[in-house]
Amino acid sequence: MAKFLNKEEFYKDNQKYSLLPFKFSDFDKDTKILSNMIGEFQLLPNSTFEDFVNNNLTNDNSLYSDLRDKHFFTDTNTSVALDLLPIKIRTKYQMLSNFTALHIFVVSLRCEHSCPYCQVSRQSQDKNTFDMDEDKAEKALNLVFQSPSENIKIEFQGGEPLLNFEIVKFIVLKAIEIKPNEKNLSFVIATNLALINNEILEFCSKYNILISTSLDGPKDIHNKNRPRKGNNSYEKTIEGINLSRAYLGFDSVSALMTTTYDSLPRVEEIIDEYIKNKFSGIFLRPLSPHGFAIKTKSYSKYRFNEWLDFYKKGLDYIINLNKNGIEFFEHFSQVILKKMLTSDSDGYVDLMNPSGLGIAVAVYNYDGKIYASDEGRMLAETGDDYFCLGSVEDEYSDIFTSEKLLNVLDTTFTKSAPLCADCVYEEYCGADPVFHYATQKDIVGHKPTSEFCNRNIEVFKYLIKLMNESKYVENLFRSWVR
Amino acid sequence: MLKLSGNFEHFNELDFSRKMFKVTSNYHLPKVLHQDCIFLNKGNDLHPNFDFQLTFNKKNLKQSNKNIIFLETDFKYLSDDDVLVLDSKTKRTRVLYRTNSPNNYILLTERCNHYCLMCSQPPKNIDDSFLINEAMELIDYLPRNLSNFGLTGGEPTLYGDQLITLVNKFKVFLPDTQLDILTNGRAFLNQNYSLALAKIKHRKLRIAVPVYSSNPITHDYVVQSEGAFDETIKGILELKKLNINVEIRVVLHSVTIPDLVSLAKYIVRNLRFVDHVALMGLEITGFTRANFDLLWIDPWDYKDILSEAVSILNDYNVPTSVYNNQLCLINEDTKSNYQKSISDWKNEYIDECKKCTKILECGGFFSSAVQHGYSNHIKAFKNEANQI
Repeated sequence: MAKFLNKEEFYKDNQKYSLLPFKFSDFDKDTKILSNMIGEFQLLPNSTFEDFVNNNLTNDNSLYSDLRDKHFFTDTNTSVALDLLPIKIRTKYQMLSNFTALHIFVVSLRCEHSCPYCQVSRQSQDKNTFDMDEDKAEKALNLVFQSPSENIKIEFQGGEPLLNFEIVKFIVLKAIEIKPNEKNLSFVIATNLALINNEILEFCSKYNILISTSLDGPKDIHNKNRPRKGNNSYEKTIEGINLSRAYLGFDSVSALMTTTYDSLPRVEEIIDEYIKNKFSGIFLRPLSPHGFAIKTKSYSKYRFNEWLDFYKKGLDYIINLNKNGIEFFEHFSQVILKKMLTSDSDGYVDLMNPSGLGIAVAVYNYDGKIYASDEGRMLAETGDDYFCLGSVEDEYSDIFTSEKLLNVLDTTFTKSAPLCADCVYEEYCGADPVFHYATQKDIVGHKPTSEFCNRNIEVFKYLIKLMNESKYVENLFRSWVR
Repeated sequence: MLKLSGNFEHFNELDFSRKMFKVTSNYHLPKVLHQDCIFLNKGNDLHPNFDFQLTFNKKNLKQSNKNIIFLETDFKYLSDDDVLVLDSKTKRTRVLYRTNSPNNYILLTERCNHYCLMCSQPPKNIDDSFLINEAMELIDYLPRNLSNFGLTGGEPTLYGDQLITLVNKFKVFLPDTQLDILTNGRAFLNQNYSLALAKIKHRKLRIAVPVYSSNPITHDYVVQSEGAFDETIKGILELKKLNINVEIRVVLHSVTIPDLVSLAKYIVRNLRFVDHVALMGLEITGFTRANFDLLWIDPWDYKDILSEAVSILNDYNVPTSVYNNQLCLINEDTKSNYQKSISDWKNEYIDECKKCTKILECGGFFSSAVQHGYSNHIKAFKNEANQI
């Protein structure tokens, strides 16, 4: 038997390493954060960071192994990072080659609710003015199926789409009829559920249509946010959730929460409402600054710091719930954690880079106009048509490869946008041209004063801090990216 | 432990020098099928017609115009459809396939370009290329409905294109048989070689490649070959580029355990597309016996590390199995990944196990462990209904 070599003999004499590209920043006063082009990140004590960049970190240091495993350098023992990095980058941007998957049909602007923060809905009986007709719907569908995406999701929005359920039925049946064989087609209706009934659910059940509804929290918050005749929005929603689950299956019904000024001090109660109704998670959403929300001043009351406290308190509460055996997740964090802990890209349009405008989502408005995002069409309702890409009468190529759209995507790409390009958290963020246009009248935006930027950085740091401080949280967050 | 090779005796001169046989006890097997079969005499009398016959009764070794082979009772496990080779010069038999085994493997070579600290099949630098020819021949003897089969070594890829030819024959004759090849994967970093394998289009082929650490120094040290880590990882990448099924195998011992959690993280971030990860308890055989003090760690002492690694792999949906450890030495959260895995011919239980209510779910021990060392924490599961 030959002699075995000792481990020491596998250490090369020359222990120098070559740095690969990365960005860094202060994390807190004692710590630097480093991140690289695929979103791997590492916290280092300031002194270790000095050692690292001066090529003085030795390979017996456990941080050396962490940095090597995350491709911050190559050394004489391994250079396989150079093979792995391109694969991970390809994976991350793979969804770009799929092109537009989400197609939103605004089938009616009418609504029987009169929510003060709502950007778009109309209290009107005038079907002709605010409903989508068959001609526009069919022309829109012809555009939908020209998208190269293998998966096509059609989402019905409003107003309240159930007020124009006839056109929903028409679109579903037509889409199934003209759908090319190779495409996977799915449907979802975004509805407040007040008008849901057995007949509608029979139809949804037959064509596997999912339900996405709104639940803002406990009865008093929900009903204050969502006034309607009879002041019974909450009761209608809960009733509707249970009825829909019975028809479509438990997991076919999801709920979104709109954060308002009244929500801010009551995040635990809001989360409790979701647990009570057996949802597996909640989306602690920032309020969008668009449309009527700005006009009604509800946005200015609601500074990002207050939302941040709301979010942090909510996340802490959710972590505690999990500690006590209640499995529950927070969706906004999940989107970001996916970017931090995997090479996958999530379809969440507000945190995509390049922006998902037009290339991940397209909105076909009731009047036949096409918008680059839901927020873009909301902005239009306040009189600014900046994000209008054309109309259902136009050619597909004129709409989706227009100079205007490409220019927005190109200009706001965070790898080249000022300050974003140098930001250590850039991989976790996204370009949000609509937000910056709406708040700063500039699609790129001035990042030091951008609430989008400041809010996101705080969220990123908070998530990293929590994972760094607690093994329990690290494990919990990892289970959310599944 | 089953005996898979041994001496035989005969009385008359044999008609062959070396020959492969399928075992049969079918008394009425049509004469046209006798040629490749050897008749298994279970009673005392010989079959009147078969040219080749096995007996466990020494009295049958007498003047006859047949080839009568006497085997020790160690081989009484032999049953229909088993395949063995008889060599008249050395008077040795080797059993190559057993129908009652759920996992049949054959060794293609003892040569290897690694020299792993815990190798169960210490490499020898000899010309044993007859083994791959034997494997080619064996395919003709295997049942068409065989569910799975494995090729091991040594390092099978040292055969280069001959291995490709062998895999191709498996694909042609046994297309539905899951074929596992155990290799260090380094040869596949050559794109032409990976491509040759992919071109066979064997739908049920799996390449099982060991990765012992995300630290190249640890990996290279375990396999005793500098530069192995990068070449193995690049080999895996080439195979996956061509959509070939790849399993990562990790042997758990005191050199690999400290890096196991980092390795799990490395796999989920960099090799998430592998098809399976097998975390395997140590077999106390071969070089492991020589390096016992260096390698031994009681599985009880690393069960929390194992749990963490498994939970990371589970969180990223990387299919993961835990092999070879005993059920009483793993945590509750690891049990859904536990597989009863030890090959039947080297699997045993100890006295404590006889009291255990979960013995049927447990893989038990390698015979070598029973002989040379096992955990101090083996404890029978009690009937839960009796507990309050």
